[in-house]
Amino acid sequence: MLIIECPWCGKRDQTEFSCHGEAHIARPLNTEELSEEEWGDYVFFRKNPKGLHYERWVHAHGCRRWFNVARNTLSDHIHGSYKPGETPPTIDTQEVSQ
Amino acid sequence: MNQKNRLEQGGRLNRTKPIRFWYDNKGYEGYAGDTLASALLANGVNLIGRSFKYHRPRGIFSAGSEEPNALVQLEKGAYTEPNRRATEVELYEGLTACSQNCWPSVNFDIGAINSVLSRLFPAGFYYKTFMWPQSLWMTYEKFIRKAAGLGVSPMEPDPDSYDKTYAHCDVLVVGGGPAGIQATLAAGKVGARVMLVDEKNVFGGSLLSDNVEINGISTQEWIDQQLNELRKLENVTLLNRTTLTGYYDYNFLVANQRVNEHLGSNQSGNAPKERLWKIRAKQVVLATGAIERPLVFADNDRPGVMLANAIRTYIHRFGVLPGKEITILTNNDSAYYTALDATEAGAKVVIVDIRHNPGGELFEKAEQAGIKFITNSTITGIDYAKGKIRQVEIMQLDGDGQGVTGSKSQLPCDLVGVSGGWTPTVHLYSQAKGKLKFLDDKHCFVADTETPNKLNQNNPSFSVGACHANYGLRDCLIKGFDAGKSAAQAVGFETTEITSEISCNEPESAPIRPLWILPCDHPVGKGKKKHFHELHNDSTVADIELAAREGFESVEHVKRYTTTGMGTDQGKTSNLNALSVLSNLRNTSIPAVGTTTFRPPFTPLTLGSIVGQERRELFLQKRKTAMHPWHDRNGAVYEDVGDWKRPFYFPTHNESMHDAVQRECLAVRNSSGLLDASTLGKIDLQGRDVSKLLNLLYTNAWSKLAPGKCRYGLMLNEHGMVFDDGVTTCLKENHYHMTTTSGGAARVMSWVEEWLQTEWPDMEVYATSVTEQWAVASLNGPNSRKILEKLTDHPIDDESFPFMSMREMNIADIPARVFRISFTGELAFEINVPARYGLALWEAVIQAGKEFDITPYGTEAMHVLRAERGFIIVGQDTDGTVTPMDLGMDWIVSKKKGDFFGRRSFVRSDTARERRKRLVGILTEDPNIVLPEGAHLVEKLKDKPPMDMIGHITSSYMSPNVGRSIAMALVKDGFNRKGQSFHVPLIDGSSQKVTLTDPVFIDT
Ligand SMILES: [Zn+2]
Repeated sequence: MLIIECPWCGKRDQTEFSCHGEAHIARPLNTEELSEEEWGDYVFFRKNPKGLHYERWVHAHGCRRWFNVARNTLSDHIHGSYKPGETPPTIDTQEVSQ
Repeated sequence: MNQKNRLEQGGRLNRTKPIRFWYDNKGYEGYAGDTLASALLANGVNLIGRSFKYHRPRGIFSAGSEEPNALVQLEKGAYTEPNRRATEVELYEGLTACSQNCWPSVNFDIGAINSVLSRLFPAGFYYKTFMWPQSLWMTYEKFIRKAAGLGVSPMEPDPDSYDKTYAHCDVLVVGGGPAGIQATLAAGKVGARVMLVDEKNVFGGSLLSDNVEINGISTQEWIDQQLNELRKLENVTLLNRTTLTGYYDYNFLVANQRVNEHLGSNQSGNAPKERLWKIRAKQVVLATGAIERPLVFADNDRPGVMLANAIRTYIHRFGVLPGKEITILTNNDSAYYTALDATEAGAKVVIVDIRHNPGGELFEKAEQAGIKFITNSTITGIDYAKGKIRQVEIMQLDGDGQGVTGSKSQLPCDLVGVSGGWTPTVHLYSQAKGKLKFLDDKHCFVADTETPNKLNQNNPSFSVGACHANYGLRDCLIKGFDAGKSAAQAVGFETTEITSEISCNEPESAPIRPLWILPCDHPVGKGKKKHFHELHNDSTVADIELAAREGFESVEHVKRYTTTGMGTDQGKTSNLNALSVLSNLRNTSIPAVGTTTFRPPFTPLTLGSIVGQERRELFLQKRKTAMHPWHDRNGAVYEDVGDWKRPFYFPTHNESMHDAVQRECLAVRNSSGLLDASTLGKIDLQGRDVSKLLNLLYTNAWSKLAPGKCRYGLMLNEHGMVFDDGVTTCLKENHYHMTTTSGGAARVMSWVEEWLQTEWPDMEVYATSVTEQWAVASLNGPNSRKILEKLTDHPIDDESFPFMSMREMNIADIPARVFRISFTGELAFEINVPARYGLALWEAVIQAGKEFDITPYGTEAMHVLRAERGFIIVGQDTDGTVTPMDLGMDWIVSKKKGDFFGRRSFVRSDTARERRKRLVGILTEDPNIVLPEGAHLVEKLKDKPPMDMIGHITSSYMSPNVGRSIAMALVKDGFNRKGQSFHVPLIDGSSQKVTLTDPVFIDT
């Protein structure tokens, strides 16, 4: 079981959180103007990387706040958590890919 | 005393406490401190069961949790447990156990015919059988079921209690042998919170099987001394009878403590039988020891073949000498200790050493003790009859040990001890994604702690003692202490002060001969004799050879194909020998062959322990409304809606469900009915941007909703599909009350919160779940206004309180928000009061309604009443693939307002497609037939399925107000097919002709 750091509450067991998938997907402002492909990409397509992944988590059984986590999907190592709107932490991708 | 193999003295037993037990319906006696295995061996019983596949007789092979053979059915009735290892079951008064997998008896087993027909069971037998035509599988299945399988599951509920607990510690030490005890002491002394867990009933590990001296005192005295010191430390928790079963991410570990299990059935009293520990440790020290590696030789599975060190354990820990004439077969020095101790205990011992020139200190000691040696030789056969070994056949090994040479000689004996060196217990490290490395000089895998890999960076752990291939006792004691120190230091404790003095005499060991698969007088895999590398699942060297011949390359594939290591022992004694066979066949090294992954649990867990107290009424929480006591008093039958207990219907005078629902439905339309609607999801929304948010959440326009006004809305996801609906009311400027479906309340709340927090943090909207804060009584029917007028002074006529509006008023002196909204199509008032007044409100309305025969009704009548008016239920008439247009609800989709969730998806080709499934009404030809929900509609009826379906029934009821059955269905191109007739084939083979209609059955 992972230990995840909620930016508001601190480190907690994974069971207090739930994952809502890939982070940093902005809702398009001009939905009417999007092509089928562009809209389809927004609605259906997600990255599924082996390695570093930025994902959205919610402290569901805690403060109920959403935040982002940089996690290595291969090792389950968590590089850091950050609030929505904050810049993701810089991560040495070379270290990650090892 | 009839314990013929019990020694006069020795063993960690309480000899003043004889214990009576039963095995296969025969009474025996043992002592407190025995395991079932040691007590059986003391009584000369060694035929324990039949093997899994060939039904060959099997005996006790080990003295610990690695036991592959001696699985028994423990106890009877509700207390019975299958597959218990006799080597782990502590003896208690009245213990009852039976052999498994034997029919009709352990001595005569009909399944042993499989052994003769072993050509029927090659490697991959199950897979090959699966691939044959299915009809053949049906034939084989019966045969396999009878022949295979282990014990029998209990058929009654478990009468014992179980518990769970959570713990945090600085250092967790796994394994209470010499290294583990020292590690605990070092970390404990500097003040770290330490937990020490060990699977056995007593601490000591390998020392329990030993008779050396440490610091001039006996092993037992040394253990007692250390434990006394540990018990003085308040920061140290000692858990014996506790198996560390799983090592997960971020040093999360699970251990199972057998609290009162050793007392026997029905003895647990106030304490649980077992307790599951969930531990988060800052540092972990693995001191899990090693398991002796067997040698694979001809017919090595016979009862009476035992791991050499197990014999030593039985002598020292249990005071049992399991044989009088012992042949030791070994490729290394450690079996010499067994030979020496067994000789001293009175056995006649011969050592068959496969090495050419064993020498060194231990060899000399053995010679001095008068032990006979046969070197550069192996056992090539076992003369086994009537449950006993009579003699073994010995031949000399040829040059490279791949064949035998010379003539056979016979050696009488009744017990064979085998030793192929040691296999470190690396299971936990491997579970935690730790990488293993192969030590060429020691021929085994150990934890690769020196070069921590990226996968393991969250599990910094120490591996010491025999589990790290440090087999010398002095080495174990010193390195264990150092590991405890380093672990405490890593947590932040000052450790420079403490030291440990160790002195003990150990002879230097001579090198091992790296040969484990021993030849016999016919090629391995040919002829009658079998070479088992895996006893538990009956897998032989020939099976691995077959798998390799058939092209299985990966060790993981070979494992599954031959079922090696897939039994309940997870191949603790077989894995490395299987790798040896494979590396020989491929002419490559063991690390090149690779190793399989170890997975939790280390040893099997009971379901009781996993479940703990979460069963019966504690299995799932129940949510009850404020009116629940009234429902109970008035005989409500409940329906589960999520975790809610909702009244389904209120039968009176032993009414059937049908009669009750019909009565309730009529009452609502003819006079009045009262529904407990408290479970409806409710969200309080405040802030200047609420209407902006509502415009995004719902398909219709919300900007102009005036205070006091209500509006119905459909919520879509971005796919354009309906996922919830409800009425939202403007209470006052910038303050709204949203309702959702009962089941969707949490989903909608999360949906709203997620958008607000992640996409539009600038929006000023405060969303608060108030589902539990409001109790709701929904008063429906033509007489509802008359009833309500009795309870309030507030004007509630149509003009002052019109449809789709909300008024605050007192109802029965309770402050209430009353909504004029209706889910039945009748005149209706939804009365919301603070939850604490819910029951009082309900009782007041019932009282006031008496003169109008007010009728409480449940969810089933609610469903019928809404269906009569063609109102949908999200989740019943929709399934996540349904758009508002599919429901015929185009009217609720705003064309004028801007963007909202799902809007862009309306013009996706699939969503905009003609002939999508649409919601229609259904009338059966026979008005008395109520179609089952989920039934399919077809155009062309065939004799039997499959038939091309064009849709399915989503809702179906008998409607007393319409006077016939009614239904709703999602049907391909349904709107254009209204008036047409189709068929609904039913499960009993009959079918019903139906006509598509409009889904509104009662219009006003
Ligand atoms: Zn939090």
